[in-house]
Amino acid sequence: MSKKVVRGIRKGFKDEVLSDHAEHGDFTVVVKPGKLADIVRYLHDDEEMCFEHFCDLTAVDWPDREERFEVVIHLHSIRHGHRIRIKTSVGADDPTVPSISGIYGGANWFEREAFDMYGVRFEGHPDLRRILLWEEFEGHPLRKDYPKQKRQCPIPLREQPPAQPEPFPERP
Amino acid sequence: MEKYEEKELYLSAEPMKVNLGPSHPAMHGTVRIVVGLEGEVIKHSDVQVGFLHRGFEKECEASTWNQVIPYTDRLNYASPLLNEIGYVLAVEKLLGVDVTRRAKVLRVILGELSRIMDHLVCNAAMCMELGAFTPFLYLVKTRDYIYLLLEKITGQRVMHSYMRIGGLKYDVTEGFEEEVRALFPKVMQCVVDVEALLVKNRIFIDRTVNVGCVTAEQALGHGWTGPCLRSTGVDYDVRKAEPYLVYGDLSFDVPVGTNGDNYDRFQCRFAELRQSIRIVEQALAMLEPGPVMLDLPDMGLPPKDEVYTSIEGTIRHFMIVMKGGVVPAGEVYMATETANGELGYYIVSTGGGGPHKCRVRPPCFANMSAMSQMIDGGFLADVIPTFGSINMIGGECDR
Repeated sequence: MSKKVVRGIRKGFKDEVLSDHAEHGDFTVVVKPGKLADIVRYLHDDEEMCFEHFCDLTAVDWPDREERFEVVIHLHSIRHGHRIRIKTSVGADDPTVPSISGIYGGANWFEREAFDMYGVRFEGHPDLRRILLWEEFEGHPLRKDYPKQKRQCPIPLREQPPAQPEPFPERP
Repeated sequence: MEKYEEKELYLSAEPMKVNLGPSHPAMHGTVRIVVGLEGEVIKHSDVQVGFLHRGFEKECEASTWNQVIPYTDRLNYASPLLNEIGYVLAVEKLLGVDVTRRAKVLRVILGELSRIMDHLVCNAAMCMELGAFTPFLYLVKTRDYIYLLLEKITGQRVMHSYMRIGGLKYDVTEGFEEEVRALFPKVMQCVVDVEALLVKNRIFIDRTVNVGCVTAEQALGHGWTGPCLRSTGVDYDVRKAEPYLVYGDLSFDVPVGTNGDNYDRFQCRFAELRQSIRIVEQALAMLEPGPVMLDLPDMGLPPKDEVYTSIEGTIRHFMIVMKGGVVPAGEVYMATETANGELGYYIVSTGGGGPHKCRVRPPCFANMSAMSQMIDGGFLADVIPTFGSINMIGGECDR
């Protein structure tokens, strides 16, 4: 079923596809980041593909790789009942991929989350700001080099326990 | 009596900004909605989530495979077992193992009981937000009967941690079938009572019909799933579309709505609750004695008597606790139907003792992303019931 989708992407975007596999039955296409939005647009609009249902968008950090951040998109077609996973990788210097929020409204928040957690920027996103963390937060916590125990508190922690109120005086 | 000037009484049409939340008595869960008002009508709104962010994924990446299970409980705390089932199924898919028949059937039964609990409490909250406090008490009381049963089986009232990679923690207690069957009359009686109070109630209909409408196209583009998507008329249920566990052998219907408004979402949940009872009744008939846990030398803990009496058992126990088991490298996406919709786990393994990445695709995060569109143009008073009908669970949305 999803083989047809992989073939369709390979046919339409021959130079963009780097590889594909079907590990555990999940069909995956690895593409170059440049025309990501065009590929997703094709998957959304084409009658044969008809991926009308946006499923998930996230990123994975591979600190040892040259192209460190991998953006992973899951799409689903309710009409045809097939799924596809699209992956693309970008380097740490300028982690920018085209936004797909114009195609799927739901991608808006998921892209904001990927930006918040990994610092991947989405070109063409209407309102790319942090979503789960606060505006003043420094760094991107799901990067592997962000220490798990690091604390950032919007309100300074108390140095000492708060003073206990005076006990009521004993009744005479 | 003091006289007012005419212009003082005039409701200003100038835009006014009002903050709802994050700690507001009307907002259950911590979410902030900034609304721009013209009179009582919302002109624009900004929904801000994340106040319950606890770094779920970061914690998972630093944990072993088995240690993740208690964290998944805290995602959707209204139906914790369904989250656990999603996670263990994803890891089992990565391992390539198939659990025993009894474990599968028990997972279905317990999962559906959790779904009933979730639907009860969601509809309860929605009624309460419209001022109907009696149905709230009825429904929450009924949920407690299920809590009592789950407590008896799993040992914990809310955060069960009962699923294991390869099966269940231990078998259910004796007399389980009868106790589950004894629940249904209580649940159905409560649902019938609540429906009698609300479904034809003039106030309830006025406040919910054609409020917070979403079309099927909008819902799909926003990645909606679950009862919210089905209320718009899209017949999509992961249990039907891609059957997992034993759902393929069970017969049940997928209730759909027509309008995609608050009333339809309310009705969809109760209709699904009835289907869940149907599923559990069939699953109980399928229940046969047998083992509930696979013997996975690299993942499942050995029996305690073996740990204490043999050196192999001790070493195996030690290795799994300290190193975290062996899962082959790879990536997997496993979608399951939870009470809120499609809960997907995208897990990446590098062959280590824990996940390299454990992504949760939270259904209500996607559902909430359309919240702004749903409330724009409506009345301020309708924000709270609309919010309630989406069933946003902070633990899952903010992770």
